[in-house]
Amino acid sequence: MLERALTGDKRYYRWLMFLLVLMGLGFASYLYQFNKGLTITGLSRDVSWGFYIAQFTFLVGVAASAVMVVLPYYLHNVKVFGKITILGEFLAIASVTMCLLFIIVDLGKPMRLLNVLLYPTPNSILFWDMVVLNGYLFLNLLIGWNVLEAERKGVHYPNWVKPLIYISIPWAVSIHTVTAFLYAGLPGRHYWLTAIMAARFLASAFASGPALLILLAFLVKKYTKFDPGKEAIDKLSQIITYAMIISLFFVGLEVFTAFYSNIPSHMEAIEYLFFGIHGHGRLVPFMWLFLILAIVALVLLINPNTRKQEKTLKIACLATFFSMWLEKGLGLVIAGFIPNPFNEVREYAPTIPELMIAIGVWATGFFVLTILYKIATSVKEETAPSI
Amino acid sequence: MKIYDARYVLIGLAIFVGLFTIPFWYNMGRAVPPPDPKLDTPVIQQMAVKQCVLPLAEIRTGHMQLLNDWRTWVVRDGLRTYVAADGKTYNMSLQNTCMDCHSNKTQFCDQCHIYAGLEAGTVPYCWTCHIAPKENQ
Amino acid sequence: METSRRNFLKISGVCALGLTALPVADVFGESDLPKAIKNPQALTGQHWAMVVDMKKCWEKGKEGCKDCILACHAVHNVPDIGSIKEEIKWIWTNHYENVFPGQENEYNVKNLEGRPFIALCNHCTNPPCVRVCPTQATFKRPEDGIVMMDFHRCIGCRYCMAGCPYGARSFNWRDPRPFIKTELNMRFPTRERGVVEKCNFCAERLAEGLLPACVEACKVGALSFGDLADPNSVVRKLLASHFTMRRKPELGTQPNVYYIV
Ligand code: HEC
Ligand code: HEC
Ligand code: HEC
Repeated sequence: MLERALTGDKRYYRWLMFLLVLMGLGFASYLYQFNKGLTITGLSRDVSWGFYIAQFTFLVGVAASAVMVVLPYYLHNVKVFGKITILGEFLAIASVTMCLLFIIVDLGKPMRLLNVLLYPTPNSILFWDMVVLNGYLFLNLLIGWNVLEAERKGVHYPNWVKPLIYISIPWAVSIHTVTAFLYAGLPGRHYWLTAIMAARFLASAFASGPALLILLAFLVKKYTKFDPGKEAIDKLSQIITYAMIISLFFVGLEVFTAFYSNIPSHMEAIEYLFFGIHGHGRLVPFMWLFLILAIVALVLLINPNTRKQEKTLKIACLATFFSMWLEKGLGLVIAGFIPNPFNEVREYAPTIPELMIAIGVWATGFFVLTILYKIATSVKEETAPSI
Repeated sequence: MKIYDARYVLIGLAIFVGLFTIPFWYNMGRAVPPPDPKLDTPVIQQMAVKQCVLPLAEIRTGHMQLLNDWRTWVVRDGLRTYVAADGKTYNMSLQNTCMDCHSNKTQFCDQCHIYAGLEAGTVPYCWTCHIAPKENQ
Repeated sequence: METSRRNFLKISGVCALGLTALPVADVFGESDLPKAIKNPQALTGQHWAMVVDMKKCWEKGKEGCKDCILACHAVHNVPDIGSIKEEIKWIWTNHYENVFPGQENEYNVKNLEGRPFIALCNHCTNPPCVRVCPTQATFKRPEDGIVMMDFHRCIGCRYCMAGCPYGARSFNWRDPRPFIKTELNMRFPTRERGVVEKCNFCAERLAEGLLPACVEACKVGALSFGDLADPNSVVRKLLASHFTMRRKPELGTQPNVYYIV
């Protein structure tokens, strides 16, 4: 099937070339980081995780959200998702690839990565995160590939794939739960120390992931002869609506608990994010932008007229994706470190090389995604009944 | 057996083999002198019986394993004294024991490692942390 | 040759498994002669702890004294990077309200606020850094409770820095060697770019029968080090006769550095 990725029109190749250029720039920046050390990032003794880990966290969510098309289709027999499940699974593969790359670029000693396997440590959540992420990647590769191959041959996929599909459903939930546990189990990081962290992660994932999926589905429809189907997109947009409402509700819960209890350590990170503390407020504009985008998304999503219209739905999806990215891919990780254990504020901002590396990883993810979608849509085009 | 896309496969294979054997090409045509690890350090010259921690044959081939054990014992198990087969004791330390006797790192360790193809300075990578003895060259 | 690809995959899978099993076989193949022993002159204890008498430090020490810090950083080749962002420190001072955040009280005796307090790794009894480390590069020594770092194993993921509620850990954002401003201590290794580091309660000195460098360097005896498991140790006596505080006790980490105020 791979050969389908090699034949495409000019636009397809141009897009791949564009991604390759970005990947090359990212790789060059990474070589720079590899030689100089992580000093070239904006990270510090106080904010020791930043943009990379935040992207990682956000993308785990995107990967997990594939379950939102797989589950209804296979468990509840929601037929309209039939065409789109492969898009969800392949999106998961690309996202997990990015996750793993973001972990690697964040390591101080990447050459020693294998130590995680050589000295397996069950008490470390990071160890489990690695296990579930790699497992999820593997599951989706197996499932996506076999189902698509079967479709190409016009047969039913092999029976042994079915249990894997069932396993992949709780597994998707597990990757994001374990990722939330990375944060939620640390004493002394009050912004993260919350029992609803995993629930929050899942809710925001089920908003941002399907939002991206809808946007991708529109792109696929525009550029290929494969139409994922209006009903599927309709259903997905309903899922996004609920997930978005629940997400914001959870954020509200955090705010209530922190401020009604009036415990300083619980309030400080939120104050820092939305108002700034001790005269520092680098993230304030971003967090308000998050709120505005979230409200725009909600308004467009809740109103059935705007939700059903392609144009406004696209805007709603963009707003959802970026608002969740700001909240989780930026604010959540950084604010966990502010104020630091000494109640001092040491701010963080990514540097240019750091951003370049991140862009390189995103480009790699989209490269993988493009190839996989190319294969999937080619197969779909071939097997589609000709009119 | 039919190979699909034989052309691509062969080109790929050729590139792979080329890349894989770079170290080999890299060293081709270079005259490498055989190693001659020097033992003429002040400490060793004063020794009555010139003997290493392990018998010569064992230390020559097994010093990496010994160092590995030493570091596990010292750092992880909190044991710092090594009892050799002949009952002699040593403080298990790369920097303070090995290099006290072999204080001529460039003439000793590196000689061999360069010959063995472990590039001097980078592999073994220990010396980015462990402090190499000062030598006047 | 219909099944050849599958067979090839199977065989290579088995080979890969065999390769990973090799190191295991190595361990079992080793002779069991005890070759490594503890240094006979080593100081031994079951539960090392430190008591920091800030009163002594302020009253008897000279203004701005940094003897303990300088001694520690010289002995361990700790670099002076010269920027807050990449600072590396094993022992240092910060104000009362920073070392004990949330304990401020504007009517406190003797104006505690603004006074310098000594901070270092607490060698917690329940260390979160050990709990989170994915490679056991940081671990708690079972025999004496020191929270150690194995710099050979650290992958630089910095999870321990997120886990530590005391800000005791520093990361080598760049090559530290050019920034070692003190005379290089040839007896102790430096660190390299990409690993985390912190106070090790001078494990290497204890093994030689010496007290930690900071304790030895303090001329007014404000730092005491000893074994909590021994009722006659200096630390137990100090704890029995003084009111002491620990940093963030509510987190359940059970710090082993105590403060007399
Ligand atoms: C007490 C001094 C002393 C100490 C300590 C010592 N060595 Fe040696 N080493 C020697 C002497 C002397 C020889 C030569 C032995 C011989 O020729 O039989 C030697 C030989 C060797 C050789 C073999 C050289 C060759 O010609 O093949 C190696 C390798 C070596 N040492 C490595 C080490 C390492 C690694 C350590 C630390 C674990 C160490 N030595 C500690 C004195 C010492
Ligand atoms: C007789 C030649 C010889 C001498 C002398 C020698 N080495 Fe080696 N050493 C080797 C060879 C050969 C290897 C590579 C073994 C392998 O790759 O299996 C090696 C490997 C090592 C390794 C492991 C490297 C790795 O990447 O795993 C360490 C550490 C090491 N040597 C330390 C030393 C030190 C320290 C000295 C000096 C005190 C020294 N060696 C002197 C021949 C020598
Ligand atoms: C990241 C820095 C780093 C690197 C790289 C490193 N070490 Fe170490 N090593 C240390 C530190 C720090 C200690 C602790 C010293 C102590 O507690 O006395 C140590 C201790 C040791 C010890 C026991 C005590 C001593 O003083 O030697 C041995 C043996 C050792 N290392 C061997 C090695 C070897 C062999 C290599 C290379 C293959 C290596 N180390 C690479 C930092 C490093």
